[in-house]
Parts: sequence; C-alpha cells; structure tokens
Amino acid sequence: MTMLRPVLILAAEEFQEGVRNRWVISVLLLLATLAFSLAVLGASPIGETRASAMSVTTVSLASLSVYLIPLIALTLSYDSIVGERERGTLLLLMTYPVSRGQIIAGKFIGHFSIIALAILLGYGATGVYISATADIQVQDWLLFASMLGSSLLLGSSFIALGYLISVSVSSSATAAGLAISAWLFIVVLFDLLLLGLVLADSEGRIHADLFAGLLLLNPADIYRLFNLAGSEAASLVSGSLGALDNSFLNANLLLGVLCLWILAPLLTSVWIFKRHEL
Amino acid sequence: MNCGGQIAMNVLEIQGLSKLYRGRPAVDDVDLHLQPGESLAVIGHNGAGKTTLMKLILGLTRPTRGSISRWAWDGGKSRPTPASDAIGFLPESVTFPGSLSGHQMLRFYGRLKKVGKSQCNEMLELVGLAGAADQKISTYSKGMRQRLGLAQALLGKPDLLLLDEPTSGLDPFLRQHFYDIVGQRQSSGASLILSSHALTEIEARTDRIAIMKHGRLLEQGSLSALRQKAALPVIITVHYVPGMLAELRAIVPGSEVLQSSDGQRAQISCPQEQKIALLRQLTSRPDIVQDIGVRPPGLDDLYTYFVNGVGE
Repeated sequence: MTMLRPVLILAAEEFQEGVRNRWVISVLLLLATLAFSLAVLGASPIGETRASAMSVTTVSLASLSVYLIPLIALTLSYDSIVGERERGTLLLLMTYPVSRGQIIAGKFIGHFSIIALAILLGYGATGVYISATADIQVQDWLLFASMLGSSLLLGSSFIALGYLISVSVSSSATAAGLAISAWLFIVVLFDLLLLGLVLADSEGRIHADLFAGLLLLNPADIYRLFNLAGSEAASLVSGSLGALDNSFLNANLLLGVLCLWILAPLLTSVWIFKRHEL
Repeated sequence: MNCGGQIAMNVLEIQGLSKLYRGRPAVDDVDLHLQPGESLAVIGHNGAGKTTLMKLILGLTRPTRGSISRWAWDGGKSRPTPASDAIGFLPESVTFPGSLSGHQMLRFYGRLKKVGKSQCNEMLELVGLAGAADQKISTYSKGMRQRLGLAQALLGKPDLLLLDEPTSGLDPFLRQHFYDIVGQRQSSGASLILSSHALTEIEARTDRIAIMKHGRLLEQGSLSALRQKAALPVIITVHYVPGMLAELRAIVPGSEVLQSSDGQRAQISCPQEQKIALLRQLTSRPDIVQDIGVRPPGLDDLYTYFVNGVGE
C-alpha cells in the first residue's frame, strides 16, 4: 500500500492533467467521429457482401487505429519525463518520497487511463450505434470487443515506447523528433521494408515462419495481424494477409507478444531512468 | 553544564564529501555542519559546485566519497534510504504547470508528502497566496510563482530547508517578504541553506556564509569572522570643503587619501583597528571635513578577496 500510494497520486494527477488540458475530450471526439463515419459508410449497401455491418466497421476501425492510436499514445508520452526535466519539476519531484520506478508507473497508469477512456467511449459509442441500427450477432460483438481490447494494448505499447524515448534524450525537441521517426518507421516504413524483402525474394527462399517472426518485431503489425487476420470474418472482409494463415501465429501468441511490447520498453525506461545522474 | 559545548544535535553533518563527474570534481572534500535554527548561505561562481552540493544533500546523486548524515547510502543501489525526515527544497528554476491552480498544485505535493488540506491552506496563507489560490498558475506573476515554490518547500514543516537561488528575479519588496517568511520558519527551529548571487542581501540574513570555488569550500564562518580573517581595510569617504585637499591630507598623515574627480570627496582606506582613531582626527576638524561615510568591507569585497586566493 505504501508502495502503491505515490503511484496512484501520480496517476490521478496525470489523468486530471489530461482532462484539464482537454486532451481526453479532443481525442475522444476525434476517435468517435472517425468511428462513427466508418460505421455510417460501412452500413451503406455496396453490392452483396457476406460480412455484417459490424465486422466491416470493426475491420475498418482496426486499419485506421493502427496509424492513429500509436500517434496519439506517442504524443501523450514522449514529453513526460524530458519535459518535466526541462521545467525543473522532475528534480523537485525526486526530492519527494517517490522512487523513479513509481514515477514511470504512475505516469503509465495515468496515460493508459486517458487512452482507454477515449478509445472505449469513442469506439464504444459507435458499437452501440451499430447495434441499434443493424442486426448484430454475438460473433460480431466478440470481434468488436477484441478489437477494443487489442487497441488498448497497442496504445499501451506506444505509451511505453514514448517513455523510452523520453528518458533517453535530454531535450523535448529531440524527443518529439524521435517520436515522429519511431511512428513513421514502425507504422509505415517497416511494412514497406518487409514488402521489399518479399518482392526481392522471388524464389521464395524466405520461410513463411521467418516472415511471421519478422512481423512479431513490430507491435503495430501484431495488432494488424490480430485484428485483420485473426478471425475468419475479418479475413473475409480484409482479404489480405491470408498468406500467414498457415504459419505458427495464433491469437494468443499475438496478444502475448503484444504484451511483451508493453513490458519491455516500460521496464527498459525504468532501468535507464534509474541510471540517470540528475 | 558538564558537556560544555554542543547541546543540540546537528541537523546536517557533512564530512569529506566529494563528487566527481567524469573524473572532474564538482564538489571536493567538503566539510559542513548545520545546527537547528541556523542559516547558511553558500556563495560562489556559477559552476562552483553549489547546486551539486544541494543535490548531494537532497540525496539525488550519490557521493563519490565522504558522508552526509541524513542519507545512508548502501552498496550499489541507485537511490538512498532516507535516514531522517524529508527536506524542503526550492529548485533554482521550476515551472509549475500553468493549467493548475495554486491550490491544486500544492495539494498534489501535499498528498505526496502526506500532508493534509488544512496545512496546504495554511502554507498558502503564510506565503500570501491565499487570495490567489484558486487562480490558474499561468496567471501568476514571477513573485507569486516563487512564493508557491516556497509554500511547496514548507509543506510538512521540514527541519531543513534548501533554497537554490530563491530570490533571483524578485523585486526588493518581494525579496524582503520572502526572507520574512523564511525567517518565521527559522524562528520555529528550521535550519536553512540557501545559495545566491545577491551577496548584499545575504549579508544581513544568514548566520554563516560558505564560499565555494571549483567545488572546494574556501572559507566558512559568520560575516564578522570572515571580515576578521580577511582583515580588509575600512573605506572612509570624506566630503571636504572644496580646495582643501592638502589640509585634509595633513590631518591624516600616513594614510593614503584618494581624490575623486569632483574635487569634493576623498577616499581613505584604513585598517579596521585604526578606524576609531582616524575618525576622531577627522571629526576634530569640522572646518575642513563636512561629512563622513564609513563602509566596512561588504560580502562582495570579502568574496572577491577569498575567491581570488589572496587569503591563501
């Protein structure tokens, strides 16, 4: 309890700061607007399809989230340590009975709550809207719920990555640059590189398992695989990534590795932070 | 009666403290102690080691050698175990988030220190921010922000206050107010260490002064002890009747009389012990001497003297 108390105080402060500076409400509105538009578009009848309105929306949302959520998470977290260091509040905070591990843990819980609230309310409202306007199966709800859950994991992973950046640099501006670069590389360039690799490998020497393994190196790709290739309904809609159906990847493994992508940067951040000379 | 000297235990005891950054000493073999209710000013150039010394006292960075009584450093752990109550600290430059009100900010720090709402309000009252407590910090003036910082340091009523350049950027009125508040805490037993560049304001407000250079503690003692040690001359300024400089020189044979450009004032520097005799000679001739100003060596004179190594 004595260990947890400072963590919760810091988390509450971080969350309230998110509410006060209208971070929560603006991200919530952004996500809700996008999700709602996709739901409306997805519901409009375009030819005959075997997929339900809900699963169409879920898959569209997932393919949008894979870009948007990492960006939101990084924006929220990249400045949190280095910014406080620049403003002098970090030095002050360290003179209080709070450990460096508790500082990171508190910030993480606070930032996670912000993202979770925005995602759950923003996307959730859309889920409710669809269920009110279309015929929804239990299967659809499961798909939607697992998209929501994995979105939270994706967000957490990039929050943690933001801390890793924030404890590793000495100025806010550098952290911002690194965060943008990280986003660009992980979310956009990594896949292009893999695509290039596949194209170059015309003789098919790269084993499917190796390819799948490479995808596990990227939390955004894990999220994509989980949501777009993880279920039958999704692959029916998205049509892509079918090549991986026969690899060793399955939903549990994907979620497990995604969790590793939260823990690893988080623990590394604490490790680096503890070694800082102030 | 029978123990003769030391009555109260020291609030802080530092022995042989050194801190090396990449092999270069930032703090070099410093010995320092502080008694309850005592105030100590640490002065020195930028980079003399003042801030590093404060960080060491705060337990934010581990010493390369030596010991600090408040912290028990163990083995390879990166964070020390506090050996006593928390210290109140006001960093040199801190920018509190502007979206919070002063009250909200203080409550946050209060919660971390396990200090209740009533004491937060009490401290806001003490620093004169009670009226502005619900305003956002972004609307605060420089002086108000600094006072909020002080209120934060006073939370939990620590027995040791560390203030790093506390009055930089404050106007004379606010400085006065600032020292009044700190003085109140001191009279209820809190000890104080502050660093400052404003030597003249420290002069009257601290019990002891420590002069640092290149991480080393050159001198420490009360202002009068430092004066005695440096034995700097007293400067006597004499307003004389125009044209009577030669006569003035004749009154004080043996002393060097420096004429100022306006032809009405002269400066005589004399050793402390000859001051009274010299003044007696000067005041005995009101026909020549119109006015006399006496300036003992100030802290800035002493500082220059010790830092330039004249004392070694």
